[in-house]
Amino acid sequence: MSGQDAPAKESRSRVSIARWAADLAMGGRFAVTGGRESWARTIMTAVGVGLGVALLLLASAVPTMYQQRNERGDARSALSFGNAKVKPGPDTLQLANAGTDYRDQDITGMVMAPDGKGTPPVPPGIDRIPAAGEMWVSPALKKLLDSDEGKLLRDRFPYRTIGVIGDSGLTGPTEFTYYAGISQKAFDNVRSQYHIDHWGSEKKGEDKPLDPALLLLIIVGCVVLLLPVLIFIATAARFGGERRDRRLAALRLVGADIHMTRRIAAGESLFGSLLGLAVGTGLFLLGRELASGVDIWGISFFASDIVPSAPLALVIAAAVPASAVMVTLIALRGIAIEPLGVVRNAKPKRRRLWWRLLLPLLGMALLLPLAGGFGAGGGSGSNTKAYQAAAGAVLLLIGITALLPWVVEAVVERFGGRGSVPWQLATRRLQLSSGTASRAVSGITVAVAGALALQMLFASVEAQDREDTGQDPHRAQLIANVPVSNGAQAHDAFARYRATKGVKDLLGVTEDYISDVRHSKDDPTSVPEEAITVADCPTLRELVRITSCKNGEVFLVDSPSYYGEGEGFAKPGAKVNLAYRDDGTPDLRKKKLWTIPDSATKVKPRKDPVGSERTGIFATPGAFDIADLPDPGASAMIRLDPKVPDGVEYVRNTSVALSPAMDVMRLSSTAQSDEFTVIRKALFIGATATLLLIGASMIVTTLEQLRERKRLLSVLVAFGTRRTTLSWSVLWQTAVPVVLGLALSIAGGLALGVMLLKMVGQPLAVDWTGLATMTGIGGGVILLVTLVSLPPLWRMMRPGGLRTE
Amino acid sequence: MSIGHTLLGLLEGGPRHGYDLKRAFDERFGHDRPLHYGQVYSTMSRLLKNGLVEVDGIEHGGGPERKRYAITDAGITDVEDWLVQPEKPEPYLQSVLYTKVVIALLTGRDAADLLDVQRAEHLRLMRDLTQRKRGGDLSDQLICDHALFHLEADLRWLELTAARLGQLAKAVRS
Amino acid sequence: MTPAGSLLIATSLHKTYGHTPALDSADFSIHPGEVVAVMGPSGSGKSTLLHCLAGIVKPDSGSVHYNGRELTAMSDAERSGLRRGEFGFVFQFGQLVPELSCVENVALPLRLNGTKRKEAETRASAWMERLEVADVAHKRPGEVSGGQGQRVAVARSLVTGPRVLFADEPTGALDSLNGERVMELLTEAARESRTAVVLVTHEARVAAYSDREVVVRDGKARDMAGVR
Repeated sequence: MSGQDAPAKESRSRVSIARWAADLAMGGRFAVTGGRESWARTIMTAVGVGLGVALLLLASAVPTMYQQRNERGDARSALSFGNAKVKPGPDTLQLANAGTDYRDQDITGMVMAPDGKGTPPVPPGIDRIPAAGEMWVSPALKKLLDSDEGKLLRDRFPYRTIGVIGDSGLTGPTEFTYYAGISQKAFDNVRSQYHIDHWGSEKKGEDKPLDPALLLLIIVGCVVLLLPVLIFIATAARFGGERRDRRLAALRLVGADIHMTRRIAAGESLFGSLLGLAVGTGLFLLGRELASGVDIWGISFFASDIVPSAPLALVIAAAVPASAVMVTLIALRGIAIEPLGVVRNAKPKRRRLWWRLLLPLLGMALLLPLAGGFGAGGGSGSNTKAYQAAAGAVLLLIGITALLPWVVEAVVERFGGRGSVPWQLATRRLQLSSGTASRAVSGITVAVAGALALQMLFASVEAQDREDTGQDPHRAQLIANVPVSNGAQAHDAFARYRATKGVKDLLGVTEDYISDVRHSKDDPTSVPEEAITVADCPTLRELVRITSCKNGEVFLVDSPSYYGEGEGFAKPGAKVNLAYRDDGTPDLRKKKLWTIPDSATKVKPRKDPVGSERTGIFATPGAFDIADLPDPGASAMIRLDPKVPDGVEYVRNTSVALSPAMDVMRLSSTAQSDEFTVIRKALFIGATATLLLIGASMIVTTLEQLRERKRLLSVLVAFGTRRTTLSWSVLWQTAVPVVLGLALSIAGGLALGVMLLKMVGQPLAVDWTGLATMTGIGGGVILLVTLVSLPPLWRMMRPGGLRTE
Repeated sequence: MSIGHTLLGLLEGGPRHGYDLKRAFDERFGHDRPLHYGQVYSTMSRLLKNGLVEVDGIEHGGGPERKRYAITDAGITDVEDWLVQPEKPEPYLQSVLYTKVVIALLTGRDAADLLDVQRAEHLRLMRDLTQRKRGGDLSDQLICDHALFHLEADLRWLELTAARLGQLAKAVRS
Repeated sequence: MTPAGSLLIATSLHKTYGHTPALDSADFSIHPGEVVAVMGPSGSGKSTLLHCLAGIVKPDSGSVHYNGRELTAMSDAERSGLRRGEFGFVFQFGQLVPELSCVENVALPLRLNGTKRKEAETRASAWMERLEVADVAHKRPGEVSGGQGQRVAVARSLVTGPRVLFADEPTGALDSLNGERVMELLTEAARESRTAVVLVTHEARVAAYSDREVVVRDGKARDMAGVR
């Protein structure tokens, strides 16, 4: 090879661009006209590259997607920051948020009524403000309301649907939202209403600089999800390579030199990858139509939102064909295409370890100095640190990938042909060409290692974030706060809740504030206040520690440190003021006095089902008439009958009937911030998609390899080889590299995870479920590849292959 | 090569004059060695004597006396026997085999069958030679190989002919 | 047509691939220790006959009896088992597993039958010595010459001590010297162990190693032994 190379090398420098172009074009022609075989190869490459390109395009569209969504969200926002409160006028609109939940579906909505006779602002997406009793609904909500599933929900909206909200008024196609019109009077029953004179929030000034930790997450996340896609594209460019090499050998026989064959091969992959770009664009366009119907955790996008960013799309369009050509040229370096056939370097050079180790070590070197702490400080310094950390993480991940072929080779070489026949067949096969196997698996390595590290980080952050709410869902499952204007209404509300289907029990309290009869000693402008809670004895037992209770009794619970002045004014025998002004401040001029009975006993508080300790005056209805309260609120703590399905929905229906903008709070013992769940799920889905993609490329490689050995398989069948023997060998052949890849990536992922945790100062914790999930998916990929390969394997094991001559 | 059998075979297609027979023979088989009329005459007399042909009629004209010959049943049997009997394998057999194949085709007999029989005969000898070669020294082996290669060449020709029988039959019968 | 004491007898086999009849009422029989050449022009159905006889392919109709058992009535698993244990196979090319070493290739049929690796390879080595390829035992098939590879294949076909050896153009890819040596070794070994050999070939000099020949033409098999 070296001897005949020298003159060729010299001539290469003189090869003109025209020559290059001609050879590339010739390769392109071969990709099309080379018969069924080369068509199949071109199509495989195109589909493979296309899948990758589609994913890349989707990724590049993410920023636009969010931007579009947020813009529409802002345009219909009723909150305007920095502006003074809008006073009601002829052209203003009175509003209240009336979001609700239906089963697991979050429904946003607003109830509204014009303040005057003028022209109130109309939100985007609808033609006019709904009159009282009318509503606009989003298409998704309309579908739900029209379906059987939404039957229960229909009772919650006593409005006539007058139209569907247009796309411009929605953040996504599967959003559940509505605008309902109610009468001005109905707003009396609504707690927090406000007025607006226009829709849309002002531009919120400068974008917040990204939190360095978030930046780190984003960079590592992109690497984790996109590197495997790149690896997949590289693998796809090599599909059918062995056959192509043989065709190139035939070209050499008719006089092509080595460099010509390389250029022709490059032309072939160039054509395949260009076709792949087209396929990818097609898949992307198709996918985005499909994606517009998909709802992930309440977030959905219109197809028109999914627009790749132009610079990124350009980079993809340039980089994909270029890398396909490069991959082909690199692959051809290892073999010599001679006129009489393809000579694979019989003993391929042993893979070198040093540079493969260098990458992850370099990565660690970048990460280690940051281990002390990362989040500290802030400003531009921590941004640099974030980039350093990201670079380290990326180097570590790529390093693991580079290490994999060496590990596979080193491990496989240790297998000395021992073991069962399938095992022997598989390991010998791997010994002969471990490169193909590890190339396919290397994508898994990055995906799993990265996902694992991020999982660890999230799990730890999440664990800290998941706070104990103190709520006790065993004592009550729902809390409904009903705005009432007097005690009779509170009674009525409790009665309606009790009568609601699915409600087993109810603790109803009516609460309000009372004040001292004089101004505070320390602050002459303010009047000390105290809460008063009126409830029957069984309910009071849930709120304060009392041993006995009769109607007519009053209990007192001291505030822990009432304005820091020791004992409060609410003492047995003390007079208190019940009069309040309209703006909610105690009215000392027109006092309405009530005397705390002398019999009132001091007791200790008890945590209510919501988890809070109430203080102040606790009176039984016999001791205090709620009708005397100026602005009472009723709170119903509801116990549901677990046997009645949808009990929550019935309670919600009752609530909305009581007040149009009221929702019910569900109690749970822990609260979790939603974002982390979403990110973890997204990560999980991304890693799964990546693994599936890699599974797909392994399937193609395996099938290709099987087809190459059709004759051999027939011969093996002829001398009585069982199907199971060959099936197992396919399984082992897939399993060995995948298991090695998983082991390596778990090691790398844990290392990276530990570094990340140290950086953000989180306690070390291994995310075992994440680990188990990733391992499980890896195992799933092995099984999938094997299962998909089996039918063709069995088909090829028919004796038909023997009669090819 | 048996001229008698060949002429008999040619007669199976129908009665012919002696001169016609000579012309038909020359056309098909006598490319390098045309028959003398005397040869035809003496052969036909012998066949006549053996009862394999009979005189179908005599034409009197300006020229010499012209007898028309027809094949008898005994003659047909004789052709049959000749065709079925494989030739002893020896070098340069192809002219006889060719004649046989053509005659078989002309007379509507199974030429493939003829080839099978001939191959069996060849193989029998080849087996003997192979056996001898196994036991023998180098010179034995070389001598046997010479014979084997020649016999193989015959057989290859036979296979080739067999593969082209359809084509040949068309040409022969036209 | 079916002489007594035959090991393998096929009667009126029919097999059609698509619309092309490959076998049309073909008969065949072979005795233990007998070498029978199956000859005929290409496309005549020689290989199909071999495949039917070996139970690789099920004929559309007709029967194959091996050692008193009806092959055509057996399940795929039973036939596979028979092929593993009692039959041996040599083909023209592409039959050695490229990633296994030669000795592992030879040992493969034994291992498929459950023999331990050590023992299988010992027996395989003995057969390789017999076929004069002991020196390439640890090379891969890609690293040995065609003649050596074919001898390795012959060793593999004989390693289980089969009762019937099916050879489909075993010398097809070899030059005459190598081809003859392979045939000599093959027939010698087969005769010694009284293995019947069904030898599909189109070469007369290869067929000359047989005891008799059967000619397949247009899907019919003609036994030439009785023809004189």
